[in-house]
Amino acid sequence: MVQLTGEEQAMLDGAQGAAVAKAMDLLVRYAEALGAEDFVYTDNVAGVPGSSPQWVKDHYAADGGDYRAVFSRFDLDSDEVVDVPRMTGFSCHLQGGMDPDQWQAMGMTEEAFANFRADEAEVAGHGIQVMKTCTPYLAGNVPVMGEHCAWMESSAVVFANSVIGARTNCEGRESTSAAMLAKRVPNWGFHKDEFRKGQHAIDVGVPVDSIFEWGLLGYFTGAAVEDTIPVLDGQISAPSLIKHKHFGAASASSGGVEMYHMVGITPEAPTREVAFGGADRGERFAYGADQRRATYERLNSIGSSEAVDYVMLGCPHASIDQLAEIARLLEGRRVHENSALWVFTSRAVKATAVASGHAAAIERAGGRLLTDTCSAISQAVPPGTRVAAFDSAKQAHYLPQMMNIEGWFGTTQDCIDAACTAVWKGRLD
Amino acid sequence: MATVELSPPDVVIRGRKVVGGVAEGEALVTSQTISGWGGINSLTGEVIENHHELKGISFAGKILVFPGAKGSSGWSGAFHTTRLKGNAPLAMLYSVTTTKAALGAVVMRIPTITDFDADPLTLIATGDRVRVDADAGEIQIWKADK
Repeated sequence: MVQLTGEEQAMLDGAQGAAVAKAMDLLVRYAEALGAEDFVYTDNVAGVPGSSPQWVKDHYAADGGDYRAVFSRFDLDSDEVVDVPRMTGFSCHLQGGMDPDQWQAMGMTEEAFANFRADEAEVAGHGIQVMKTCTPYLAGNVPVMGEHCAWMESSAVVFANSVIGARTNCEGRESTSAAMLAKRVPNWGFHKDEFRKGQHAIDVGVPVDSIFEWGLLGYFTGAAVEDTIPVLDGQISAPSLIKHKHFGAASASSGGVEMYHMVGITPEAPTREVAFGGADRGERFAYGADQRRATYERLNSIGSSEAVDYVMLGCPHASIDQLAEIARLLEGRRVHENSALWVFTSRAVKATAVASGHAAAIERAGGRLLTDTCSAISQAVPPGTRVAAFDSAKQAHYLPQMMNIEGWFGTTQDCIDAACTAVWKGRLD
Repeated sequence: MATVELSPPDVVIRGRKVVGGVAEGEALVTSQTISGWGGINSLTGEVIENHHELKGISFAGKILVFPGAKGSSGWSGAFHTTRLKGNAPLAMLYSVTTTKAALGAVVMRIPTITDFDADPLTLIATGDRVRVDADAGEIQIWKADK
């Protein structure tokens, strides 16, 4: 049984209102499902509170069919509808369903846009920061080492745990919405020291440098260790933020990696021994030329036609240096008439890209710079898309199966070339 | 004449309750972890992940026996949505506890057990009749291939 403090018991009993009581009720059920013994305090929560397509609101028509109904019945899993107050904890809204300005180009209807606007007004009205990104750490929410967080978004969770040394489980929609009200999450998993130690080793035997190579290594790593914690050592040299972003996102997609250690690189792995919490344990997976090629072929097994009609970049959401790179690669070129280029980022990063001229450069070349979402989240691709290309192993993993299209994975340069020629020429060197 | 339910089970496994309740039905077993968001059709309960051994098969109304959850943090939300559509599993048995699977079980409100005294992935096969009594932490199995 989960032990509650006096304050937590009072919250459960309704001392802070019905919504907080329902939030605590859900968190207690969740803690017991996990086998957690108590809760940890958090004041850093990132989720998708209350946002829903119209059909979900219609599903709760008898309860009012509005934000309040969805937040109560779906987010808090409450049998009753309760008034939802302003969130008490520092709360952020992650990615959403469409670009707020270019929704028509994404094929969204007037009705869907009206629903999106209404949800966003509710989110802001409830004191939740409208970040609308899968990369909160690039848009104003950077936790510090050791900070207890309650985050959704597997790629952000693995980044927070591994690169920053913050502490979060891969939370879900319902637990984050509840934590925004109760400022508690079960004290389980990555909140505890002993859970954060390495479980398997990955010995990297080939040089890993570009985001393409880091994506391949991440995809291999997730498939090898599944949902456990890998310790990487060998031919890896200090990766920049975007390389961690692509590595972590890939490993979280092919497996369920929520934390990794890189010996001498990440903050909880000054030595191999510290990373493992003692001697090596688990299995040792070698990543060499054969594994690299097999991973590339697996990611590209969903492509057969080389006639690329859609290139999607910005998964996870592009950082400002990636947008600068894309603008540079597009210099003097144009997106082919048989292809389309959509680049996704956050509103915060787009503002810098506009000021720096990258947004205009991408648009001048015939591409689109979109915010808030991605093709997988919005399930929106340019009309008639049959063959897409990505520089993200995560997007290559998800989008083809969701949209029933073919997909290619390659370097950012391969993708820009494909956008400008409508032909896939990516190859593994 | 005795019904199959009244005959003694062929196998009994014990474990820890994740979510209480009792359910009885046909097992759907996979040795592979399952992605929620992006890995299933959350309206129908069908697995859509490329390369997955259950690709094209729905868990709606089945006792889902699997190693655990993987992938997106949208796991609970995607499985929760199957409940709205009446296409949730009848019960779940998973071997590895993750926040994704635990929260998904809670919000689907289906009987769920983990931390077993024997491996359900080897003792249960797709098509077996299974009774999950999560309150008692007991799983009864009637083999289909006898």
